[in-house]
Amino acid sequence: MIARVRVWWTILRIALEDRLVYRGDFALGTLMRFLPIITQIFLWSAIFDALDRGPAGPSRIVGYQFEDMVAYYLLTMLARAFSSMPGLASGIALQIRNGEIKRFLVQPVDLLGFLLLTRVAHKLAYYSVAVGPFALVFFLCRGYFVHGWPDASTIGLFALSLVLSFLLGFFLEACIGLMGFWLLEVGSLLFIYMLLSFFLSGHMFPLDMLPHPWRELVDLLPLKYLAYFPAAVFLDKLGSDEIARGVVVQCVWLAVFIVASRIAFRRGIRRYSAFGG
Amino acid sequence: MESPRRYLGILGAFARNSLMRDMAFRADFLIECASSVSWALMNVGLYAIIFRHTRMIGHDTGWGRDEFFVFMATTWFVHAIVQALFMPNAEEFSELIRTGNLDFALLKPIDTQFLVSFRKVDWSALSNLLSAGLLLAISLRGLARREPNPLTFDPVTLFLYPFYVMCGVAILYSVMIALASTSIWLGRNQTLYDFWFYITNFSRYPMEIYQRGWGRPLGAFFTFIVPVLVVVNVPARLLAQPLVPRASWEWPLAGFTVVATTGSLAASRWVFQRALASYRSASS
Repeated sequence: MIARVRVWWTILRIALEDRLVYRGDFALGTLMRFLPIITQIFLWSAIFDALDRGPAGPSRIVGYQFEDMVAYYLLTMLARAFSSMPGLASGIALQIRNGEIKRFLVQPVDLLGFLLLTRVAHKLAYYSVAVGPFALVFFLCRGYFVHGWPDASTIGLFALSLVLSFLLGFFLEACIGLMGFWLLEVGSLLFIYMLLSFFLSGHMFPLDMLPHPWRELVDLLPLKYLAYFPAAVFLDKLGSDEIARGVVVQCVWLAVFIVASRIAFRRGIRRYSAFGG
Repeated sequence: MESPRRYLGILGAFARNSLMRDMAFRADFLIECASSVSWALMNVGLYAIIFRHTRMIGHDTGWGRDEFFVFMATTWFVHAIVQALFMPNAEEFSELIRTGNLDFALLKPIDTQFLVSFRKVDWSALSNLLSAGLLLAISLRGLARREPNPLTFDPVTLFLYPFYVMCGVAILYSVMIALASTSIWLGRNQTLYDFWFYITNFSRYPMEIYQRGWGRPLGAFFTFIVPVLVVVNVPARLLAQPLVPRASWEWPLAGFTVVATTGSLAASRWVFQRALASYRSASS
């Protein structure tokens, strides 16, 4: 057991050092990623400007006033920083295609465990550098969080939903990558996933805006836990029952994708053939 | 440039070569087309949802649902042409510099900026022209049938609209080639597409949204210094709203767009040539 923990620690340390080589580029890239929020602020400001102001206060769209909408965008960017897995699925498929995956068949290292630790290192490196740009942008936009900080239990649930969104994003994309055992090239599959994810995870707008029956349909999918759910928890848009149910469903989806990725890997290596040196 | 006919012939040869290469991987080409069209449809879906909750973008701006979809179709026209003609070349320019392969382009008896800018054509990006045409037709039909005040079309628009779309393409090309030229000084510019996306993102919305608070200096910057705001706004406004009457600033803005186009092309040419003068090739 101690030997295994030492292997994990070594993998994590090497991956972390590797990721921190280009930290300046990382920080600039992260700050630049917030630029589209500027146009979103002006766009939503114009949209709310066109609404009639009610006697009860500021105009709202599905319960969101203008400031909530901007805060929602910022929070989904934070959630996506946890749940997005750039290069994971395509990387797995590439390793299957070029035969690199066979090292996991001969070495006593588990592929999914190795990839998960590498991704944890990637994210830790990312957060350690991105915390500056994120803090700056959230500080500049603090006025949009009109209800202030939520209570400690909500913050705890928000943090839990972020961690679960990271794991869900990882195992979901790992499953897509492992389809490479059957398809070799997963580019098209990944594109469909990205398209659906961008639209149905709540990254572009709060899912409450979807009309019937799309709203109910999206509730059945795991995608909303990648962006919408953490943001809605933080902004207190869900009742305590809904949050509790949401966390349970998120855990169930996570378990489904962990099992699916294990089955896909096990069955995939049975199909896999490696030739030459 | 010496003979425009010669250059047109070369451009035709580049386009044919690119098409032949694309057709060698037909399935990939079709998937690329489907990807472009899917993103476009997704955007229509997003704004269709937004317009379920509001009648207009901005108070009394005239950008209702159909007008905004004309705006969106114009965005697709401009961006499809830029992505098809210039994006693959600008991305490759950075690699030509890094690897030293720009030497071969410099040795050819042809204008280097022309060669670097037009060598490849991404035909699949043109699939969005079809989406744009369809969206434009549907929204113009909606505008022509709306009650009250159906939109009537002035034949002058048929000339002005494509003219200003091409002005928009020229402005975006200028920004892109100027950004790509910085690779000569930076050594490598892999974030070109990011920069490009973030800058052109400002052009994707009606300029009225910037008419408040700190949006005003931002709008002025992206109108008069880096004129990306006129790229879509001017042609879309010509088509989506009646030619007469117009706000007092609209015709001067249309005139400014022509000046901005000429200025952008001249400025990007100057940046490109300054960058080339600093090029030291790469060691073997």
